[in-house]
Amino acid sequence: MEFWFSEFHTPDVKHSIRVNRQLYSKESDYQRIDIFETPEFGRVLALDGNVMLTERDEFIYDEMITHVPMAVHQGIKDILVIGAGDGGVVRELTRYDRVERIDLVEMDPQVVEACRAYLPGNACRMDDRRVHIYFENALKFIRRCEDEYDLIIVDSTDPFGPSEGLFTREFYGNCYNALREDGIMVNQQGSPFYAEDASAMQRSHKRIAGTFPVSRVYQAHIPTYAAGYWLFGFASKKYHPIDDLDAQAWNALNLRTRYYTTRLHVGAFYLPAFLEEMLLEVE
Amino acid sequence: MRVVPFDVPGHKRGRGNPELTAFLGQQCVGVDVNSMKPLDNLCHPVSVIREAEELAADAFGAAHAFLMVGGTTSSVQSMVLTACKRGDEIILPRNVHRSVINALVLCGAVPVYVNPEVDQRLGISLGMKREQVEKAIREHPNAVAVLVNNPTYYGICSDLRAIVRMAHDAGMLCLADEAHGTHFYFGGGLPVSAMAAGADMASVSMHKSGGSLTQSSLLLIGPNVHAGYVRQIINLTQTTSGSYLLMSSLDISRRNLAMRGRQVFHQVADMAEYAREEVNAVGGYYAFGKELINGNSVFDFDTTKLSIHTLDIGLAGIEVYDILRDEYDIQIEFGDIGNILAYLSIGDRSQELERLVSALAEIRRRYQKDASGMLNQEYIDPEVVASPQEAFYADKISLPLRQTEGCVCSEFVMCYPPGIPILAPGERITKEILDYIEYAKEKGCSMTGPEDPEIKNLNVLTKYRKEAQ
Repeated sequence: MEFWFSEFHTPDVKHSIRVNRQLYSKESDYQRIDIFETPEFGRVLALDGNVMLTERDEFIYDEMITHVPMAVHQGIKDILVIGAGDGGVVRELTRYDRVERIDLVEMDPQVVEACRAYLPGNACRMDDRRVHIYFENALKFIRRCEDEYDLIIVDSTDPFGPSEGLFTREFYGNCYNALREDGIMVNQQGSPFYAEDASAMQRSHKRIAGTFPVSRVYQAHIPTYAAGYWLFGFASKKYHPIDDLDAQAWNALNLRTRYYTTRLHVGAFYLPAFLEEMLLEVE
Repeated sequence: MRVVPFDVPGHKRGRGNPELTAFLGQQCVGVDVNSMKPLDNLCHPVSVIREAEELAADAFGAAHAFLMVGGTTSSVQSMVLTACKRGDEIILPRNVHRSVINALVLCGAVPVYVNPEVDQRLGISLGMKREQVEKAIREHPNAVAVLVNNPTYYGICSDLRAIVRMAHDAGMLCLADEAHGTHFYFGGGLPVSAMAAGADMASVSMHKSGGSLTQSSLLLIGPNVHAGYVRQIINLTQTTSGSYLLMSSLDISRRNLAMRGRQVFHQVADMAEYAREEVNAVGGYYAFGKELINGNSVFDFDTTKLSIHTLDIGLAGIEVYDILRDEYDIQIEFGDIGNILAYLSIGDRSQELERLVSALAEIRRRYQKDASGMLNQEYIDPEVVASPQEAFYADKISLPLRQTEGCVCSEFVMCYPPGIPILAPGERITKEILDYIEYAKEKGCSMTGPEDPEIKNLNVLTKYRKEAQ
């Protein structure tokens, strides 16, 4: 029997993963949630048919979206995480003793429930005493926050679905307002390769660059995402992602990682020419 | 049904215009057909259009309903032309839509304005008070009709039942402009609809809150009005090539409203109420609601309307409107001098409302300034010197704006939307009005009406010019 999960990366490009069996499928109030067991990528979480994570390569995403800001700003204690209902980001953050509070705002309780049941490798630290989960619309949650967080991590789905509101100027402005004077916002910034993704990436970069004094983009190689090539945004009120990197302090923590290193940290901000050009166009 | 088309439209189900078909879709151009035996004729409906009109009448509680394809403007004009002939008086609030006064230009009827009360804080005109209508009826016993906005653009309703009673007691018709009130026919907890209140005619913008295609509308009549005469009046100005796209959209929307309207508008009202609370929690803004109700000039309030007063953050409504669109990709219905209106309807979802509220919070944080020196008047009492028709057709001269003070205007000046005239043909131009026009232009309102698109000049009547100087 041939049993494949396919995702369209563009109307003309399809990425397929062989499936052993489907573990979970449910239509929540916001989206369709599926979890597959696959021979190559282990368990795969898909929302509305788009791969969110696979057990095999999630470490790349979760390490890059957390350790980059954590290695720059040594005073991060209060963190707001938006989206990320699978728990991977929280898992990485709880490895830091200095973190005092992690507020997780996830719109869809079904995602958390499904990941707790089927993706224990990601959801394993959701019960950490520092983690507070709020099932709310993130725009609404953050409107009420001012000068409250050192770090905001925006781990959203694509800008074309229920997360559209997390790619807007009003959202980034509200994030700015919710951060302390030396706060950092890191977001998943999509892929620059295919045309539709690239223009969405440019739009959100433009909005972030118009909101924060420091706004830089860094990259990682993530096999199961569109084009295997993914970007993150680093926006900050004060710290520069390379100049203010404290490699010594971070390495002294002795955190074992499989993708992130402080050397890679610097390199990740060096972008290919076509991407530099795209970003410059909107800055 | 496969019929060989040797009739208009010439695109022949889209074959002759492949670009149009690719753009609109085969389904859409396939429906763009001409009147024919099995499809009835809008000018004289006897079969399927008649059935659609009967179903609509039933759904809206009217004696008869007319499918309209020239917008609610055409419904309003047909209503006025049915009620009035040359020289007849018609009682109406001054904050009517331009289509009403246009109809007076066409038929030569004379307006008797009831000056609506103005909410000083919000700078918006309210409904007509009962005693004002009573006085107008007493002073103009020969008037033929009273026209009521149900509701105004901002969602404010007059005491329609009482006004219907007063009009009928005086032998006058009661006409309702329900361009913003389609949902009143399908909502629990919403203001009374014109047909339920006993009004004789109502113009209902199905394409606004009802979900049909732009330019489609309904004209409803009660039992006191002769349907055949109304049809004749409609045929004076309406196209003989009624669009089946528009008519089918009316029929499908009527079905949707009849089956799901109550539930949907309940949700819309809940969403608007939620948004009001959230906007008011932001601070600086005032999203007004049922607290305005005072039993008379605000007899009821349409809770699906999300109107927000912005002057307290130091920004004119039109400025907030522009920032929302230019910087936040949010298009709202209109912004005027002191307020904005976000139109909520059957297609809205809560996540978009969160965006609107958050954007308003951001605008306040980034742009708030000192609120002094802001004009807040939306309504200026007019002095009517000549009838709209007389003024429109009279000999006139074009003068620079500032030199027109004291003259009588021959044209409209208005911000669009909302399309309520600042000046209508036949009205005296005052310094206050000129200040208002210049202020509105400066703040970026989209001004329409005059021959001169930049509104540097106005046409005034030569006849009254000497007396101004």
